[in-house]
Amino acid sequence: MDSKNFRIPSGCSICGIMNKKGRVFSGNDIIQSIALMHERSNGLGGGFAAYGIYPEYKNYYAFHLFYSDKNAKEETEHFLHQHFDVILGEKIPTRKIKSIKNPPLIWRYFLKPDSKRILLSDIEEENDYVFSCVMKINTYIKGAYVFSSGKNMGAFKGVGYPEDIGDFYRLDEYKGYIWTAHGRFPTNTPGWWGGAHPFTLLDWSVVHNGEISSYDTNRRFLEMYGYKCALQTDTEVITYTFDYLVRKQGLSLETAVKIVAPPFWSEIERLPKKEADFLRTLRYVYSSLLINGPFSIILGMSNGMLALNDRIKLRPLTAAVHGEFLYVASEESAIREICPQPHRVWAPKGGEPVIGFLEK
Amino acid sequence: MAVSINYKGLNFRQAGELLKKAAADGEKQINLFNVNGQRYIAAGLKGNFFINIHGTPGNDLAAYMDGPEIFVMGNAQDGCCNTMNSGRVIINGSVGDIAGYAMRGGELFIKGNAGYRTGIHMKEYGDTVPVLVIGGRTGDFLGEYMAGGIIIVLGLGMEPCDEIVGNFCGTGMHGGVMYIRGKINPHKLGKEVKSVEMEEKDYILLEKYLKQFCAYFNESLHIIEESSFQKIVPFNKRPYGNLYTPH
Repeated sequence: MDSKNFRIPSGCSICGIMNKKGRVFSGNDIIQSIALMHERSNGLGGGFAAYGIYPEYKNYYAFHLFYSDKNAKEETEHFLHQHFDVILGEKIPTRKIKSIKNPPLIWRYFLKPDSKRILLSDIEEENDYVFSCVMKINTYIKGAYVFSSGKNMGAFKGVGYPEDIGDFYRLDEYKGYIWTAHGRFPTNTPGWWGGAHPFTLLDWSVVHNGEISSYDTNRRFLEMYGYKCALQTDTEVITYTFDYLVRKQGLSLETAVKIVAPPFWSEIERLPKKEADFLRTLRYVYSSLLINGPFSIILGMSNGMLALNDRIKLRPLTAAVHGEFLYVASEESAIREICPQPHRVWAPKGGEPVIGFLEK
Repeated sequence: MAVSINYKGLNFRQAGELLKKAAADGEKQINLFNVNGQRYIAAGLKGNFFINIHGTPGNDLAAYMDGPEIFVMGNAQDGCCNTMNSGRVIINGSVGDIAGYAMRGGELFIKGNAGYRTGIHMKEYGDTVPVLVIGGRTGDFLGEYMAGGIIIVLGLGMEPCDEIVGNFCGTGMHGGVMYIRGKINPHKLGKEVKSVEMEEKDYILLEKYLKQFCAYFNESLHIIEESSFQKIVPFNKRPYGNLYTPH
């Protein structure tokens, strides 16, 4: 975590795979897919999000933590024992990989929120309680960073090429029904372990190619609702924006998309009155959550996956379906590497989401 | 004699060296198999020979290419024919974004659809005029900042909900010409372009390239010939000439 001041000016790669029936498959496919786009990243960050990997602990929050040193670990574990029943705490298994240097201490904990503490606090929802604990650790405990906090899911990330990071974390040994991945080519922000994608909160995970010019506008709005942007990377505001709009405000994903990547005013003018009024209202009420700048993102959640481009498609994105699988990636070849002849391949328009939900 | 190269598992550098060597050896037909994602295929290659590509070539296919003819059995990705100088690329499929980016000569024929910013900043000089023919539809910003060359969009195989071109078509265009089959809604056009009447010479030019298109992809010429075309040209050669300096 000592390379925070390291800057290299220069795309990224993203990809995601989902089995719509919720059947699990190993991390090999996602590693193979992201590895094909090796040239899109520069070794300064790689990461994965996986859903369905902890079935035996699926009722507990799975926290993944980076510690820069033992003190950070001790302090954090003290905090965790105060706020949760710690069902299990262990090192996340890793392999020695030549190209992965100076990893932090990497631990995971399966946690049950302390119900008495929730009752005593002014927080009603269990998720909000967990949320506030994540924010507290990331803000106040020096050298500790919760990089994953959902149930039956986990993020795995670090500094290195994504295929090496996948090997480092032994992702071939995990099985999930949704996998997303990122290869980083940092532009405006430093390459450090915490700064690698995905950015997660509760069940949400985001991998992102691009940059957010509205970062400060978005951040200032989100901070009013308790979100602390502490990671020196623009992407975390995307995760918090979806958490706020969908979990806290109760909006549908489709509506949230119309807020972060709204139609242009000129397009709204051409729509039927009712629809135009609705879109105008969204733009007025949530103007601070419009995400400006070039982006393609994949949002992972426990019941599905969403891929989205900025409105004028300044970053690449291809989608495909084949049988029970939905694929999205920066490049078509990354999909064909693991699914040579998909049933359908298409390029989504800017601002037009690709949404896959698990079939119940 | 034809020579074959198996691209399976090769990175773009290794693959590029093999292709360059085959070209230097004077091969007239080079077949590339199991291509998947390798960038810069045929980038900068000069000469008079054919390359057949089986698979999905990576970004910047035929960038700076000067002479060869490429046939792709499948889709191509972003940046196809980036700054190409001469030669021909035929895609029996669709392409990603910015196809024909800054293309300065040669021909690109696409059977299916093209993505965003197709033909961005194409240019021409004297007799060197690049040509881009798209069988399907395109995304937003078709011919953005176009300075020269010819773009033809046919809109074949569209679903009822599809539109032949996206928004902001011809934004910043200041040279060249686009022919779009059928009628397009005026709001699709950028501020810098206008639709004008087709003339005899336009039909002669269209026929030449449409015959080629139909021959490459087994389409029937009369389906295309029976439709009307809209000709799009810029208002002005220097749309932003007075942006910072008053008249």
